Amino acid sequence: MKKVYARPKYLKKVHFHYCPGCGHSIVHRLVCELAEEMKIQDKLIGIPPPGCSVFTYNYIDTDFVESAHGRGAAVATGIKRACPEALVFTYQGDGDIAAIGTGETIHAANRGEKITAIFINNAVYGMTGGQMAPTTLIDMKTTTSPFGREKDIEGFPIKLSEMVALTKGAVYIERTTVNSPAGIKKTKKAIKKAFQVQMDNLGYSLVEILSPCPTNWKMREIDSWKWIDEVMVNEYPPGVIKDTTNEQKKKKPKKKGKKKK
Amino acid sequence: MAKQVLMYGNTAIGEAAIRAGCQCYFGYPITPQNELTEYMATHLGRRKGCAFVQAESEVSAINMVYGASAAGVRVMTSSSSPGISLKQEGISYLAACQLPAVIVNMSRGGPGLGSIIAAQSDYLQSTRGGGHGDYRTIVLAPASVQELADLTHEAFDLTEKYRIPVLILGDGMLGQMMEPVVFKHKAPKKPPVRKDALRGAKNRKSKIIKTFTSNPAELEEINWSLFRRYQMLESKEVRHETYMTDDANLVVCSFGISARIAKGAINAVRASGLKVGLFRPITAWPFPYEAVKKLTNNIDHFLVFEMNMGQMLEDIRFGVGERGDVSFYGRPGGVIPTPSEVARVITRHYYQKGL
Repeated sequence: MKKVYARPKYLKKVHFHYCPGCGHSIVHRLVCELAEEMKIQDKLIGIPPPGCSVFTYNYIDTDFVESAHGRGAAVATGIKRACPEALVFTYQGDGDIAAIGTGETIHAANRGEKITAIFINNAVYGMTGGQMAPTTLIDMKTTTSPFGREKDIEGFPIKLSEMVALTKGAVYIERTTVNSPAGIKKTKKAIKKAFQVQMDNLGYSLVEILSPCPTNWKMREIDSWKWIDEVMVNEYPPGVIKDTTNEQKKKKPKKKGKKKK
Repeated sequence: MAKQVLMYGNTAIGEAAIRAGCQCYFGYPITPQNELTEYMATHLGRRKGCAFVQAESEVSAINMVYGASAAGVRVMTSSSSPGISLKQEGISYLAACQLPAVIVNMSRGGPGLGSIIAAQSDYLQSTRGGGHGDYRTIVLAPASVQELADLTHEAFDLTEKYRIPVLILGDGMLGQMMEPVVFKHKAPKKPPVRKDALRGAKNRKSKIIKTFTSNPAELEEINWSLFRRYQMLESKEVRHETYMTDDANLVVCSFGISARIAKGAINAVRASGLKVGLFRPITAWPFPYEAVKKLTNNIDHFLVFEMNMGQMLEDIRFGVGERGDVSFYGRPGGVIPTPSEVARVITRHYYQKGL
């Protein structure tokens, strides 16, 4: 019989602590699949900052360095500069990358650091119990915007990926979803490309993933998946936000004898 | 024999770091330590396999240090007082993960933005951990450009040996003054990489460097293990200098640049026949309490002189206990008294005590 699916080799055999319907476990699985398919597991170094995904190292079987809240891009910079042969990725939530870590992210991108950010956007602070994030939508109720986010009081949802795209060092930025098989496929392709951009030494890459948080959205799982398509994508439209891969490749003359070991 | 060169304190740190095999430096401009950042940009940044990054903030710089240290290389950052406050988050994480790093503080007047002139107001912040959580860092307090260079080199060995961040507590004056210095070591051809480096799970199981522990009992044990190491350091790595204490009736206690000023003052009062000596901790943490205690066998009077409002004073009082009396003379805010001013204070004090 033809085997169509198996547990990825680098997904540790433990139970996820994530809530039912959460998108994290799907993205974890994609990273594990890519680690195997791209034969990069021995080069990958992940950086999970505080948030629901701080335990990423319990699930993905690669090296991990936990960072302080928001500092992922700085820690990734340190690792990559000290060890350029590694494939370094941060795995950050929206509170982490788009609030406390905005400075680190923008500047790492602007320096064209050869790192990859996997940015899980669920429009709330998940681990701390569903507070308002900078990405929270207008009128969306959270524990710290109990009457719904009002633009005059709480400001507007922030578009971190579009901001990062303005930097010249950012080479590839795409926004995807994980609420459907098609979305999951696109997400995998996007992460693969982002890793490839880093391996080709082209610059900074980021994949923003719209991910359901049924617990803090106070929705049934199926409704949270629908909500992404019906509401969230209006603020955060999926698609390629920036891709200068080809221009960057033209700039870089191929090194001779690259394959030599 | 190694050649004597004339260098600023700040640049001497940079040269000593490179010769100690420092591979990465992450900094952010702040006076009065900019010459060090500039030196690293010029002399480290383009070396093969090395990296210099001017970060977007001190917070970022210390977190880059954290990343590079995890990857197993010798790494340093530097700043001055307000910037060091920002680095405390990262220092706490370094201490928790037991990652080696060298952090230089060429301190200046505070609180707040304070001034850009030398002060010693960061003593308590430096010697009591500084950031959140129960931890300590080794604190080296040099008093000359030569000692800055020597201790910088040693700092890299100490931080790797004990897996504790090492702080070099200098000040703006030490950083900005020029003195002859001899570098005793040559830079390694290939900077060393630690054996426990995290650089990808090649031919080994995957590794995790983390600080978060959801089980309090486990975290308590981690704290215990850190403190066992700190206790060991308190007995093994304590350093101090005494100057003319053998026949002294009064001992001036100072660290770093104020000890340098005090030494000049002591030379002056000695010329007029006053029996005054100097005690100077070289390690501000672990503090040489035993050495202070030993001085109390023959000496009853101690005068603490610092360029702050009395921070090391607490440690001297603790070391002296009930066995002597401790007085204090402090100049905060970036005021640097001259040796003759301090000599006058010592003289007044000497006669007031009836010595």
